[in-house]
Amino acid sequence: MSVTLEPNTEQIKEQKVYQQMGLSDAEFAMVENILGRTPNYTETGLFSVMWSEHCSYKNSKPVLAKFPTKAPRVLQGPGEGAGIVDIGDGQAVVFKMESHNHPSAIEPYQGAATGVGGIIRDVFSMGARPIALLNSLRFGELTTPRVKYLFEEVVAGIAGYGNCIGIPTVGGEVQFDASYDGNPLVNAMCVGLIDHQDIQKGIASGVGNPVMYVGAKTGRDGIHGATFASEELTESSGDNRPAVQVGDPFMEKLLLEACLELVKSDALIGIQDMGAAGLTSSSAEMASKAGSGIEMDLDHIPQRETGMTAYEMMLSESQERMLIVVKKGREPEIVKLFEKYGLDAVTVGKVTDDSTLRLVHKGEIVAEVPVDALAEDAPVYHKPSSVPAYYKEYQQMENVEPKVENYGETLKSLLQQPTIASKEWVYDQYDHQVRTSTVVSPGSDAAVIRVRGTNKGLAMTTDCNSRYIYLDPEMGGKIAVAEAARNVVVSGAKPLAITDCLNFGNPEKPEIFWQLEKAADGMSEACTILDAPVIGGNVSLYNETNGTAIYPTPTIGMVGLVEDLSHVTTQDAKNAGDLVYMIGDSLTEFGGSELQKMVEGRIFGKAPSIDLSVEAQRQQQILEAIQKGLVASAHDVAEGGVAVAIAEKAFGNGLGMDIELSGSATTALFSESQSRFIVTVSPGHSSQFEQVVQGAKQIGTVTDSGELTIKSEDGVVWIHDSVDTLRTAWKGAIPCLLKSEA
Amino acid sequence: MKFAVIVFPGSNCDLDMYHAVKDELGEEAEYVWHDSTDLSGYDGILLPGGFSYGDYLRCGAIAQSSPVMDEVKKAAEAGKPVLGICNGFQILTEAGLLPGVLLRNKNLKFMCRTVGLKVENANTLFTNEYMAGQEIRIPIAHGEGNYYCDDATYEQLKNNNQIVFSYADDFNGSRNNIAGIVNERGNVLGMMPHPERAVSDLIGGSDGLSLFKSIVKQWREANVSHA
Repeated sequence: MSVTLEPNTEQIKEQKVYQQMGLSDAEFAMVENILGRTPNYTETGLFSVMWSEHCSYKNSKPVLAKFPTKAPRVLQGPGEGAGIVDIGDGQAVVFKMESHNHPSAIEPYQGAATGVGGIIRDVFSMGARPIALLNSLRFGELTTPRVKYLFEEVVAGIAGYGNCIGIPTVGGEVQFDASYDGNPLVNAMCVGLIDHQDIQKGIASGVGNPVMYVGAKTGRDGIHGATFASEELTESSGDNRPAVQVGDPFMEKLLLEACLELVKSDALIGIQDMGAAGLTSSSAEMASKAGSGIEMDLDHIPQRETGMTAYEMMLSESQERMLIVVKKGREPEIVKLFEKYGLDAVTVGKVTDDSTLRLVHKGEIVAEVPVDALAEDAPVYHKPSSVPAYYKEYQQMENVEPKVENYGETLKSLLQQPTIASKEWVYDQYDHQVRTSTVVSPGSDAAVIRVRGTNKGLAMTTDCNSRYIYLDPEMGGKIAVAEAARNVVVSGAKPLAITDCLNFGNPEKPEIFWQLEKAADGMSEACTILDAPVIGGNVSLYNETNGTAIYPTPTIGMVGLVEDLSHVTTQDAKNAGDLVYMIGDSLTEFGGSELQKMVEGRIFGKAPSIDLSVEAQRQQQILEAIQKGLVASAHDVAEGGVAVAIAEKAFGNGLGMDIELSGSATTALFSESQSRFIVTVSPGHSSQFEQVVQGAKQIGTVTDSGELTIKSEDGVVWIHDSVDTLRTAWKGAIPCLLKSEA
Repeated sequence: MKFAVIVFPGSNCDLDMYHAVKDELGEEAEYVWHDSTDLSGYDGILLPGGFSYGDYLRCGAIAQSSPVMDEVKKAAEAGKPVLGICNGFQILTEAGLLPGVLLRNKNLKFMCRTVGLKVENANTLFTNEYMAGQEIRIPIAHGEGNYYCDDATYEQLKNNNQIVFSYADDFNGSRNNIAGIVNERGNVLGMMPHPERAVSDLIGGSDGLSLFKSIVKQWREANVSHA
């Protein structure tokens, strides 16, 4: 057994040990000032994790304050494990998205798996039954063995955890770009259902009430994970492997079922996940929220390794654990409840009235710190921001069409770009049907889950085109929210709210902070106009490898309400003879487009523009048409433009499409202008449809030929190919890239 | 008819099995925790899919020594219908109630998709509502669904008409595309595909409904004749 020799207070101060834990000199001085003395090693550890960006949002708080977070239907906004939105009938939907980028860069399987495990706990710690998972992933180009390995292992990790715990993984997105080469993004989202009366909070109230530890035992894994997540990745980041946690979905399944039994008990006062910063954050935050204190005897913490120190126990990020506060005297029934599942439920402390987190280990007080100092009083930084030179240069550029010679071949190549190509290779590995409520499976614009016992459904999606955001963070931020809403609306749902993961580079660089600020401005405006408040999320900064930042990637997770399951609509064209309509105009907008990247090998210029009031009006009209039963299929136009959208509509049922477009071919086919939709309507509904959706233009018909034909107004055939051929290219692209030699 | 849906720690298709027989068929169903030692009150036993005991050691290996398995064996001996789906099938092979073993899929990956199945034997209490040779579409979701048995066992399965379902296409490496088998007596069915996921068009299809209807029909006929 190893003996850990901890530095004493003098050494901590003189040798600046706190710097290795992530605290600055100024922050350490603040801690000394708060305590009126120099903190010991354990206390320094408590402050360093709680004041990390991951836990305190010290760099992003001023930005997060911009987001609209309120609406009458929002029952719980940001601040708890997950946000909650009313869906009527005494029920509510609970959801949140969270990043697990840094762990996944180092140990992709476990990093991704524990990302899924963590977000599930956030949802069931609110008292909700998790009903669906989504994930938004970013990787480098699929050309190097390292990127292929990261991609395969992240997908396997998500599958390994989600499949085992029995929550369907129903949607998400995967995009590939060189900026994510060394720093993949793994953003996991969980959606749960709850009855209003079961809503729980993470509070430790009632002086004398016992604090209980439930779930898996504590080990040395993941110590300082939150701090690690708040640093840039370097070539030596692999040395931080012990900061990556290891997941056990079987344990979490037991904990999930036990906790959902627990929330039905009136003995429960408060419950919180031991997520980032483990025991430290759960205890300090539960006490801080209740205005109370907590005293814990660490000798009672269930441990799976011997000789653990107070520092190690408090900073461990071992998975599948919860901290709960129950009514005094009710402990035996709690122990019995957890015993059924073979889980520990141990009294480790009590609620106090002195607003202090007091830790006892082997009979000695090893830490004594004000809970608010940990949970609330982290410094807030208003980082300097400056407009990057690249942005100024791009804004000066004219919009031009990339050069395209053969439209048919270009469409086929676009369909094979991994960002556009079928993601079947990914979702085939995810159990997307368990719980038998998946009405729309992965592959359409949004997934739809029925709410059992009602005739309602929930549509859900994740979206973010980070290329637009890189070129123009404000415009791109608006587009990200608008696209998510578009995907929810074309599925037959009304947007309820969003959660987000703000994945950015190092905020200490003014150009990066500017990206963050501007993206938040754009998102906020779109959330306001599209009536989709932000109910929670997280921030992941320092996504850089050896000094180079990822594209700014504020991933949006949106949930919408399908008021009647008969409104559920998918993107696939349904019947030969149906009319194809397009809503919205194609402009010469190629900045950040798939075509630009493919043809030019890089992205530049202006991002596509968006008028949010036009967007809102179109969404509202299309939803109305869907709800009136006038729409057979609906799809938004996104990466790759109209040609790709038309092809995707044909793939599902193998029908043909006969289309006529006006204007310049390259723009008509491949532009990525915003606020566009393609809808099919049966001939009997066409006049009514045209009345509801203003400016809808008939551009062709669905045929039974199995051929895709796109012509100009004067009859020039731009694209003519068999749907089968195109589908084969689209489906085979990712498996082919994975098999090919690097 | 009253079904027991056995719940092991880590089962996760118990809910789906329960709703399939309760909501879609209107029969009685109860969840039975793995430590139960009495199944005498039930007319049919359902072993759901999932990851019992996290699939640790081997799929189904730990679950097969759960207390309830003695009762499942008794029910099988008594001729009651016992249906194991996915992890339930794996548990039945581990318990020795069905021959063979489920190996990892040949591509070593978990797979979730809807596949074509051929009804090889429509003369079992689980398949009398299907036609022999009928092609149905049922979802699969497994990482270890690659059925294997030795030559002698295969011959026996074939000669006794114990192969009930086979896959239309080979995707997981199963011997002779075997998807589901019964014991010699014909009252214990194990299958990797999930008929309980195909009980309503709302969730993508209803080809699995006939399997549950077959069980109920057979039970009704037996009970009516006894009455």
